[in-house]
Amino acid sequence: MNARAEILAKVRAATQGLRARSDAAGTSGAVTGAAARAGQAGSAVAGVAGTGPAAEPSMPRPGDHRPNGLRARPRRTHADVVARFAERVAARRGPLRHVTADEVAVAMAAMLWALDARSVAVPADLPPAWLAGLETLDGVRLLDPAGGAPEAADAAVTGCRLAIAETGTVVLDGGRGQGRRALSLAPPHHLCVVHADQVVGTVRDAMERLDPYRPLTWLSDAPDGRTLGVLLIEG
Amino acid sequence: MRFADAARAALADAGARRARRRAAAARAGQDDPGGGPPGRELLRQAGAAIRDRTLRELGTHLRALETAVRDEGGTVHWARDAAEARLAVSGLVPGGAAPAVIASDVTREIGLAGPPPGPGTETAVVGAGFLVAETGTLVAADEGLAFPRTVVAVAGIEDVVPRWSDLEVLLRLLPAAGRLPPAVSTRTGDLHVVLVDNGRTRALADEAGRAALRCIHCGACRDVCPVYERAGPGPYGPGPAGPIGAVLVPLRRGVEGAMEASLPFASTLCGACADVCPVKIDIPSLLVELRGRVVESRRRRPVPTPEALLMRGIAWAMADEQRYERTLGRQARWARLFARDGRIARLPGPLSRWTEARDLPVPPRQTFRAWWRRRS
Repeated sequence: MNARAEILAKVRAATQGLRARSDAAGTSGAVTGAAARAGQAGSAVAGVAGTGPAAEPSMPRPGDHRPNGLRARPRRTHADVVARFAERVAARRGPLRHVTADEVAVAMAAMLWALDARSVAVPADLPPAWLAGLETLDGVRLLDPAGGAPEAADAAVTGCRLAIAETGTVVLDGGRGQGRRALSLAPPHHLCVVHADQVVGTVRDAMERLDPYRPLTWLSDAPDGRTLGVLLIEG
Repeated sequence: MRFADAARAALADAGARRARRRAAAARAGQDDPGGGPPGRELLRQAGAAIRDRTLRELGTHLRALETAVRDEGGTVHWARDAAEARLAVSGLVPGGAAPAVIASDVTREIGLAGPPPGPGTETAVVGAGFLVAETGTLVAADEGLAFPRTVVAVAGIEDVVPRWSDLEVLLRLLPAAGRLPPAVSTRTGDLHVVLVDNGRTRALADEAGRAALRCIHCGACRDVCPVYERAGPGPYGPGPAGPIGAVLVPLRRGVEGAMEASLPFASTLCGACADVCPVKIDIPSLLVELRGRVVESRRRRPVPTPEALLMRGIAWAMADEQRYERTLGRQARWARLFARDGRIARLPGPLSRWTEARDLPVPPRQTFRAWWRRRS
């Protein structure tokens, strides 16, 4: 018998009859002494066959862990969600700037200057307006996006797919303005531009919007010595 | 080697112990001072329920995962034990060079090590956090997954997650405060998966084993365990270190070996691990259950252990009232011979192991029974 067939057969033998168990029995982690003492491999399964009707246990669905009180509350406005995101980013001490669309170029230049970034890696399809302010800085050069080797850069500038308010996370999926994953992770500093309308409230909202077939990178905090900065475009 | 013997060297290393304590404190310090978002307890319940359901229907999910990974152009390999897993991995890594490795419990278990992947990595072996059966997605709580072109994902068969949406709960259970791990990366397609059994089906066959297989490898129990803080990862053998390792290794490999039999006793049963476990594994109860199995298996040996002989003797003495009283009086008189200043600091022969770490009070001149008879 090959390994696949053997493992699947053992799994089937081990879990046979378990689907019929009541949920309560299934989730109780504690093994009571007497039952467990007797409970060598076979007897647990044998004991189950006699217990009750084969009802599919009512499983909590993901997301059902929210207390009812929180569900009943009036929906938070989008402004609240964006404020919550900013709060979370500030709580992990990441650089954060609130800007309007017109101020992006200036704020970007200021943030890169503050990080002392001499060379900046950007994806080829980054909106050019975001970097328009770099001309005002001395000695900052953009790495050729096609040239590769982003690890030589001091900082990377990217957009994102979405951001999660609850956890202060930015999620990149390699789409427009984000480039390859190594680009945002190889340089020590990463500035991520987030539009206010890209911010969602909860991890659950994010899971619904994200495409599992894209290469996703969720960044919630930067390791020591590195920076994950956020430029939040509002209004 | 027994846990206690293997731990001796580590116990002397105060520097490593301090480093472990600092690392655990640093991880705890990342938590939100506000204690995390509301509903942590409900999140744990949802996580335990997801894991329970997954294990109950494990065969179905494994086949679904295999189909999904193949649909996306990847391959799935099955390994009965660590040697088969290493063989499968080496067959998937071109050139036979040592690949970059994102370490996890399962890569350590099968004995794979290598540098973390960086820019320019061609092939990496990734210890999977989760494998999503619905989409064939590899999830790793590590940003290193971003770099390699080809990925060989090594996972225990229990690391499968039925649905994409289940990740919402499971990812948030990895750090203690219900946030998200600092970095999570996912990859679907262009993926070689090696599914490792290595005793997991054995654990799956009984209730205690299924409870332990809920583990999502978050490491929270290690961080709070006083035994792990002192002994370090070494004495736990090739499996996961810390309290969950003391449970999982004997469940996967049986309790006949000296190392496996000693692991359930490598705990003070303080209960801290059960308090922090994000999927509500009642580790102390499982340890007690396994201690029972160790004693049970020793009882079947042709030559009884000294402990078993002693217990048999005590059982015989206590079975009869007069015999019990006589033995008690005699033992008390003997014990008083070893007393110094009201304590017994050292017992002779094999009994000295009991007094290695603690004193006994001297038994009184008169037994309770004798005193009671005189009083009435």
